[in-house]
Amino acid sequence: MQVVGQPFRKKDAMALVQGKPVFTDDLAPKDCLVVKVLRSPHANAMVKNIKTDIAKRVPGIEDIYTWEDVPQQRFTMAGQTYPEPSPYDRLILDRHVRYVGDPVAIVAGANEECVEQALRMIKVEYEVLPAILDFRKAKDNELLVHPEDTWKSLCPVGADNKRNLCACESSDHGDVDQVLADCDVVVEETYHTLANQQAMMETFRTVCYMDTYGRLNVLSSTQIVFHARRILSNALGIPKSKIRVMKPRIGGGFGAKQTVVAEIFPAFVTWKTGKASKMIFTREESQTASSPRHEMEVSVKIGADKDGRIRAIDVYTLSNTGAYGEHGPTTVGLSGHKSIPLYGSLEAHRFAYDVVYTNTMSAGAYRGYGATQGIFAVESAVNELAGRLGMDPVELRLKNMVREGQTMPAYYGETAKSCALDRCLLRAKEMIGWDEKFPCRDMGNGKVRSVGVSMAMQGSGISGVDVGSATIKLNEDGIYTLMIGAADMGTGCDTILAQMAAECLDCQMENIIVSGADTDTSPYDSGSYASSTTYVTGKAVEKACEKLQIKICERAAEMLYCTVDKIEFDGHRAKNLENGETVTLQEIGTSSMCGNECALQVTETHSSPISPPPFMVGMVEIELDKETGHVEILDYVAVVDCGTVINPNLARVQTEGGLVQGIGMALYENIQYSEKGQMMNQSFMQYKLPTRLDMGKIRVEFEESHEPTGPFGAKSIGEIVINTPAPALAHAIANATGLWFRELPITSEKIAMGIMKQ
Amino acid sequence: MQISVMLNGKKVTEDIKPDLLLIDFVRNHGCYSVKRGCETSNCGLCTVFLDEKPVLSCSVLAARADGHAVQTLEGLQEEAAEFGAFIADQGAEQCGFCNPGMIMNAIALFRENPAPTDDEIREYLAGNLCRCSGYEGQLRGIRAFIEYKKQGGAVCR
Repeated sequence: MQVVGQPFRKKDAMALVQGKPVFTDDLAPKDCLVVKVLRSPHANAMVKNIKTDIAKRVPGIEDIYTWEDVPQQRFTMAGQTYPEPSPYDRLILDRHVRYVGDPVAIVAGANEECVEQALRMIKVEYEVLPAILDFRKAKDNELLVHPEDTWKSLCPVGADNKRNLCACESSDHGDVDQVLADCDVVVEETYHTLANQQAMMETFRTVCYMDTYGRLNVLSSTQIVFHARRILSNALGIPKSKIRVMKPRIGGGFGAKQTVVAEIFPAFVTWKTGKASKMIFTREESQTASSPRHEMEVSVKIGADKDGRIRAIDVYTLSNTGAYGEHGPTTVGLSGHKSIPLYGSLEAHRFAYDVVYTNTMSAGAYRGYGATQGIFAVESAVNELAGRLGMDPVELRLKNMVREGQTMPAYYGETAKSCALDRCLLRAKEMIGWDEKFPCRDMGNGKVRSVGVSMAMQGSGISGVDVGSATIKLNEDGIYTLMIGAADMGTGCDTILAQMAAECLDCQMENIIVSGADTDTSPYDSGSYASSTTYVTGKAVEKACEKLQIKICERAAEMLYCTVDKIEFDGHRAKNLENGETVTLQEIGTSSMCGNECALQVTETHSSPISPPPFMVGMVEIELDKETGHVEILDYVAVVDCGTVINPNLARVQTEGGLVQGIGMALYENIQYSEKGQMMNQSFMQYKLPTRLDMGKIRVEFEESHEPTGPFGAKSIGEIVINTPAPALAHAIANATGLWFRELPITSEKIAMGIMKQ
Repeated sequence: MQISVMLNGKKVTEDIKPDLLLIDFVRNHGCYSVKRGCETSNCGLCTVFLDEKPVLSCSVLAARADGHAVQTLEGLQEEAAEFGAFIADQGAEQCGFCNPGMIMNAIALFRENPAPTDDEIREYLAGNLCRCSGYEGQLRGIRAFIEYKKQGGAVCR
């Protein structure tokens, strides 16, 4: 392969490093209205009375809207394929506010200053209600987060608003209780992860304006242009044909922008006023009123023989969807479906869950999407099991891990057609020097060096659901345009999809123009989430390019007066094998624009009945200060099997970035609520992201497998990479201190206090 | 109040409100490379040069720039392209939203210390957050750039 597998620069790289105006707010019309919302100070309350008349008189204010002004049709903001598993439980503004930060009024004005002033002058009288803040107390509580009868669930996910249930399910394979009763060793523990923020550097933001045809145009920092169009149509009660959604460059997403967090408010304002508007979330709003990871409590029972044969895994997950159900019914599934199948020879497994409503911020999609939480629990439990068995945890895994060709009953019965997990583990072990370093070395100065390990998996798209499409056309100068509805959010999908196209069409990378995403012009794509773009949209690109090449040959055959089977095309020139006459690609492109009835343009759509998992292993070496509890990361090695690596630079940076986010989740990023339900970590002062001083050495390698159903053998990379740090670090910390921390983040303070109590 | 600022080499005189922040002033003048990431001086995205020293423009009043020179990446396009190419060669620019601030600060670093060690790089750029790259790719790019300079690449500045 000439192009696939090469470390090409991202197509947008030079514009980005030179700071060109390519992001949403850079492109907003100068005189557009500024939109902000008044947010509830109470975790659960009814708006008894709201007075906006004085606020409306602030000079520059265009209008102020309250619950009385919005459509009364409930919808979900989750960017999912219709019918969405997430319940329809939202209104644009609701009289019943359900968390601190829930919107109460929308204010639109000429500038930020007048809007801020008006926000302060709105008088609201609340009837404050008791709130459910502890998700362990939510199920079947007599207090209901969604008592309203207009609440609606479209899919059979076990949702019941009268029980505070957003979803529930139980599935099993074999008799788990019996097998566990028969095991020599059973580890039974509960693990708790918090509602981490994606904290992408560009907060949520949207610009809206009306176009020539009286249609609502929405320019937004979103991963899901097509879903956003449907959601806006549902929310505003206007036809989808009246809405166009486009995305410019996106300043990071990580799943946050798979939910329509900002779009609805400016869209409502522009639709009402006919005037352009924009809403730019502050960092505080992004922290407190957005779409973070689901807080989960995962209980694991894992049983094994004395000789280390893992026989059964039983997982129960309690997930906190917060005030609204976005992604609640779907994230939770991954906590079991993408942790249990790491172990290939189980006699039985069971996976059950409840997803509950509480009066905290609504959760959403965050890289890893439940798998991260489940893998922290199951991989920690496996490490605890190794300790109980007195076995090396690497040996325990080699004995039990899923292998290529095995069926995975806990993973929808799919077969691991491509799996290099064993090679990943052996290579990671060699890279970090596991045998010399496990479990720990006392450095004699109050510091201990120790190591930890974790495996991980994810999916590649949502099987049978995700749709990827690509349109490829030949232009007159022999240059192709590739149109996609997938959203490059910095990951580089525009580039890797262009690499695939260039590979198929035997051309240079610079001969592929990439355009997207725009609901008016892009072919339909579910959007960039669920680790789908490389695998699903990539396959659509491959299919489209193959068909276009046939059409090019047909056109060339007409031009060279021969049958198409006599045409040889090398990507630049088509040759009539009978007489040696040739036409260039440029000539073919130009000829297609004169007296031609056959479009040199192809659209192909792809969906996959399976979702082949990428696999990886992470190993970490830390130095832990026993006095302060400080954990310094000395070395993090990650070996990834994402199938064929399409672009080694971009795959490596995806991995490094995911690891650092995972490290932040494991050690620093805390979410704390006050007794009144106020989220306290509302800025980067209180929510500590890893800086470059917090990182030790990170080393990434790839152990390729070949996925027969993927484009060029590729699987996914985007999400899996966040899954190993939490369990690997908890393991290393346990190896250094003898203390198991089962709740994230494992802060220095917790470690120091734990050591003191020992 | 009226201020006069030498913005990217051009004199700009304007009546402003006393509480206008420098970030909003420069963005109002088309310097869109300057991004707001946090509002609490924690992210480094809004880094500009005030008399050639890097400052966080979200924490500086525009009034304080009166009579001074302000530079943004718009005024340093050649240096940005020269150094940025090394970040791009690692794929470490990723979403690109934090890049202008980081590149401004990196240019400041190279002016102060043309051959920094890894630790000096990490320390100098510690205030520039990046959520995408995990920093390693940026470090590789910076190292490669320093090496290129040592080998006689054009003088930075």
